[in-house]
Amino acid sequence: MSLTIALAGNPNCGKTTLFNALTGSNQFVGNWPGVTVEKKEGRLKGHKDIIITDLPGIYSLSPYTLEEVVARNYLLNANPDAILNIVDGTNLERNLYLSTQLMELGIPVVMAVNMMDIVEKKGDQVHIQELEKNLGCPVLEISALKGTNVMKAAEKAIQVAHAKRSVPIHKFDAEVEETLEQIEEQLTGVAKEQRRFFAIKLFERDDKIGEQLSFSVDVENLITKLEDKMDDDSESIITNERYTYISSIIEKCCTRNSKGKLTVSDKIDQIVTNRFLALPIFAVIMGFVYYISISTVGTMATDWTNDVLFGEIVPNAVDNFLNAINCADWLASLIQDGIIAGVGAVLGFVPQMLVLFFFLAILESCGYMARIAFIMDRIFRKFGLSGKSFIPMLIGTGCGVPGVMASRTIENDRDRKMTIMTTTFIPCSAKLPIIALIAGALFQGAWWVAPSAYFVGVAAIIISGIILKKTQMFSGDPAPFVMELPAYHMPTVSNVLRSMWERGWSFIKKAGTIILLSSILVWFTSNVGIVDGHIGMVSDLSDGFLAKIGSGIAWIFAPLGWGDWKAAVAALTGLVAKENVVQTFGVLFGFLEVAEDGQDYWGTLASSYTPLAAYSFLVFNLLCAPCFAAIGAIRREMNNGKWTWFAIGYQCVFAYAVSLCIYQIGTLMTGGGFGVFTAVAFAVLAFIIYMLVRPYKQAHTLRVNIKSVKS
Amino acid sequence: MATLRDVKCGETVKVLKIHGQGAIKRRIMDMGITKGTEVLVRKVAPLGDPIEVNVRGYELSLRKADAEMIEVQ
Repeated sequence: MSLTIALAGNPNCGKTTLFNALTGSNQFVGNWPGVTVEKKEGRLKGHKDIIITDLPGIYSLSPYTLEEVVARNYLLNANPDAILNIVDGTNLERNLYLSTQLMELGIPVVMAVNMMDIVEKKGDQVHIQELEKNLGCPVLEISALKGTNVMKAAEKAIQVAHAKRSVPIHKFDAEVEETLEQIEEQLTGVAKEQRRFFAIKLFERDDKIGEQLSFSVDVENLITKLEDKMDDDSESIITNERYTYISSIIEKCCTRNSKGKLTVSDKIDQIVTNRFLALPIFAVIMGFVYYISISTVGTMATDWTNDVLFGEIVPNAVDNFLNAINCADWLASLIQDGIIAGVGAVLGFVPQMLVLFFFLAILESCGYMARIAFIMDRIFRKFGLSGKSFIPMLIGTGCGVPGVMASRTIENDRDRKMTIMTTTFIPCSAKLPIIALIAGALFQGAWWVAPSAYFVGVAAIIISGIILKKTQMFSGDPAPFVMELPAYHMPTVSNVLRSMWERGWSFIKKAGTIILLSSILVWFTSNVGIVDGHIGMVSDLSDGFLAKIGSGIAWIFAPLGWGDWKAAVAALTGLVAKENVVQTFGVLFGFLEVAEDGQDYWGTLASSYTPLAAYSFLVFNLLCAPCFAAIGAIRREMNNGKWTWFAIGYQCVFAYAVSLCIYQIGTLMTGGGFGVFTAVAFAVLAFIIYMLVRPYKQAHTLRVNIKSVKS
Repeated sequence: MATLRDVKCGETVKVLKIHGQGAIKRRIMDMGITKGTEVLVRKVAPLGDPIEVNVRGYELSLRKADAEMIEVQ
């Protein structure tokens, strides 16, 4: 008979290590349906019929965070056969808080106390038998890191899964118990062992519990009666009761000798988050990560993949093969320029990404990532972002693709989505040639053009953050910043490598398809057109369908000052890779091969556009939808089509609005006339300012619609 | 009314009451700051906010605006 065991526990308690130890390489990583929360499942080593489901790391089963609602919906609806609750022995009190809630679900629980070696090193003791007696469930001592007792814990879980389901034994204050009993009496339609859970949730006025019940009950009177009596709200009454209960048993289960002594972790933290040293240390660490993954090793590996592997080795081999079999020219071009270039574009990012993910995994598992949020929070929270958003943005200056992928380290859903949407505003290295082109051709290489591009990027992030956090899409997610700063510890090689590979692989799988398909599409539209009344291959880009599409939509950009079809086509090919903008201009101006910054046609460009129009073109290309690879990464991280389109749509509209304001208001100030679009530009500017200053109220409840999580 | 916000670094205080409502209040209490708990204020972040406290044997960081909701002795 097949069994499902749910693995539950707080963040930072060694849950991932335990999951890896239990399942080995037998894992399927994905997402919970419709949400950005990662889901992992695996088969227990040596037991093909036993599935371990790794729940998100949570502190409670409250209705306020996405992870917690996902976890409890799973536990209630999918009804796993047992829960393996891993707790951190060094932090027993807070870990038991979740345990008391898990035990109310009516699912047999086995508790595994982890990190006992650290407990002993500190000179403390945890009495396993006492815990077992007081909690009413089997308790084992394990070391997830060394693998001690790990399989024994799983076997115990299998054993209890077959046993009869029992009701939890911990009791609260007599008055609270009386009220809960009265509520339970109305829950005759609920299985006996689950009644306590539902009664407590109803008592807490949990707004997500109604969906789980097939009938409605009215217990408001009972709740208010007790609330008046105890002078507190019902939610706080229960939370207090839980901690009171835990405090009452912790004395018996735990002997602490280390109280007041500073641990090694405390000493490290005294330096690393020190008032004066914290920022310099942070700068050095970030500089190092950036230097290795963007400036040196990462880029060298990516350049090799792009220029050598997919620039010479593979194309040459394929070329020889295609010649040998006498392949038709158009097919050869599709394979070479469309498919191989497309696959190359996907795989080219992978080495750099792996290097970056390697460092991110180390920063996360050693505990420094939480400190980054602690140090940077003050700056970023003003724009609705997390302190951890710093990393995606920093990496984004090199390449937006790993930048977007780096947002995975942000645990709050709202902060993460906001970071994904704004990271690509930062000019990445592929946008530098565009900046060089415009600066060189129109501004005689003025020094301020490049810094102004970064300034525009940062301003776009700040403005977007403030505007977006007040919109309907984001305001329904309360984001309190009450965060654990876990103790520092050494990351293990296997966990770091596994995390690095999982993230890299998920990019190849999910983002790969989108990049490949769109590369083929762009190849097709730029190389195929109407020739002599027939559809056929064109020799010149300006005869292809893409050029026709460009000419067709060029009028849209007229208010931005560059309604010329060449600029529109250049912007379109920028979707494949931003540096293509420069090359496309070259081709359209009649050059076969141009330098990276398009020096060859600076003169032609300068005579075709005004400096203002060119700057508006630059800003549009910096802010609008990123390249397909980054769009693929956004799609992967959002895990939701609607959100991806919202992100891309927002970026394009925002880019258009900013460019419009720059060109129109700039024209007016430099002595141009006042036209219809000048008025529009002022209206847009007024709207942006209104959006920035309008009042904002943080939500108190989670307004995310979570589809019932079945499996 | 004295709140956790006003407590100096290195001082230990006892929690009297948590004000506020909804997600933030629940989160603070979920993390172990409940009536009667002893809280040691460890440090302030380099930019002046948030603060780091030690509660129930572990390190927790919270913003000053949220610390203001916690009434202490």
